[in-house]
Amino acid sequence: MIRVVLPWHLRNLARVDGEVAIAVPGQVTQRSVLDALEQAYPVLRGTIRDHDTSKRRPFLRFFACEEDLSHESPDAPLPEAVVQGREPFLVVGAIAGG
Amino acid sequence: MSGVRVLVGTRKGAFTLESDGKREKWEVNGPHFGGWEIYHLKGSPADPNRLYASQTSGWFGQLIQRSKDGGKTWEPVGNKFAYDGVPGTHQWYDGTAHPWEFKRVWHLEPSLTDPDTVYAGVEDAALFKTTDGGQNWEELPGLRGHGSGSSWSPGAGGLGLHTILLDPTNPKRMFIAISAAGAFRTDDGGAAWKPINKGLHSQYIPDPDAEVGHCVHRLAMHRSRPDVLFMQKHWDVLRTDNAGESWREVSGNLPTDFGFVIDVHAHEPETIYVVPIKSDSEHYPPDGKLRVYRSRSGGEEWEALTNGLPQHDCYVNVLRDAMAIDSMDSCGVYFGTTGGQVYASKDGGDTWAPIVRDLPAVLSVEVQTLK
Repeated sequence: MIRVVLPWHLRNLARVDGEVAIAVPGQVTQRSVLDALEQAYPVLRGTIRDHDTSKRRPFLRFFACEEDLSHESPDAPLPEAVVQGREPFLVVGAIAGG
Repeated sequence: MSGVRVLVGTRKGAFTLESDGKREKWEVNGPHFGGWEIYHLKGSPADPNRLYASQTSGWFGQLIQRSKDGGKTWEPVGNKFAYDGVPGTHQWYDGTAHPWEFKRVWHLEPSLTDPDTVYAGVEDAALFKTTDGGQNWEELPGLRGHGSGSSWSPGAGGLGLHTILLDPTNPKRMFIAISAAGAFRTDDGGAAWKPINKGLHSQYIPDPDAEVGHCVHRLAMHRSRPDVLFMQKHWDVLRTDNAGESWREVSGNLPTDFGFVIDVHAHEPETIYVVPIKSDSEHYPPDGKLRVYRSRSGGEEWEALTNGLPQHDCYVNVLRDAMAIDSMDSCGVYFGTTGGQVYASKDGGDTWAPIVRDLPAVLSVEVQTLK
């Protein structure tokens, strides 16, 4: 199972506490993880990626294993630690306020 | 037993304010969707328990929420707003062509007869419709495609379609308004549209007969007289008596004719309300006094309504969707401020009192009169 950490607002929307664990068929990439996430939680469609282009929303970032993967190809394999469930894939909202 | 439910959208969530017919004690419920911008929420005239809310965020985009129990519980419905066909371009601030991009839903207008049918006014300006309770949304492309769409340009707040008025006597007729394109009318249920801006004069438009480009802030209609519309433009308050074929200014003795809201008394079609704001450079009331102005003659002659409203050191704004009217025997008037107050008058504006004082900045106010 792939572990996914969502920002607070998206956890509320999906009505989940803490991490989400999802089965991802085939190669584990940003795209396949997010496809599986949206399949399991349809309410998240459009909130992380654009409905049509599947581009990451501008104020969200993707992290794993202390690396910023936001600008990696959505079809690049995620780190082995994510694939094996030792590390989560993180969806992080940009910090703003004041 | 009759009662009133006020629906308040704020920068950080939605609230419902409920009272019995006396409108003296209020129960404040919320926040719903805490932390999200709620541009607008509105109930179905055909089923007062059916509510729709536009929930948006710069991080997470657009959601639409639906309630079937008067706002106690909510469920997210469809949030895909795809422009019809190839979206094309509109004019950007610098005059260049800019691709149409969906940003958010500004206004939701439920059908007068069917709780599952709702119109949505969005930014970048377009009109969408659902007939399945919000699960699927389709654009009515005749509005953007009627001819002038490529020349529309945004106001400082964006290119938003913010007003949707449904003619209660003619289901094929609808009026909408866009900042900063102007007002438009359809007579065939939304297939074909025409600009209805004759008589509008905007300082920043050199052509006095410009068909579009006017920064209309709000339109209002009395249901008994749908050919008469009132308009708060960026500057100027206007009226039309022929469904928008021509407009005339009725600002009269207002202290300033800049403002955002305008509304009509529930039982007196010639009684209208505005909240004058000092200028487009200073979005607060003149002299630090929050005053609603009422005209009982359909414009031109206005009186200040101050009883119960702050008359010194008040520098809030009242945004375009933040005034509403109930239809109790003694007409109630409601408005919300960017300071988080929601004020109510249960006597047509003669006296005012805050229902609630410290909400997040108020973006929209709607009211349901519950029989």
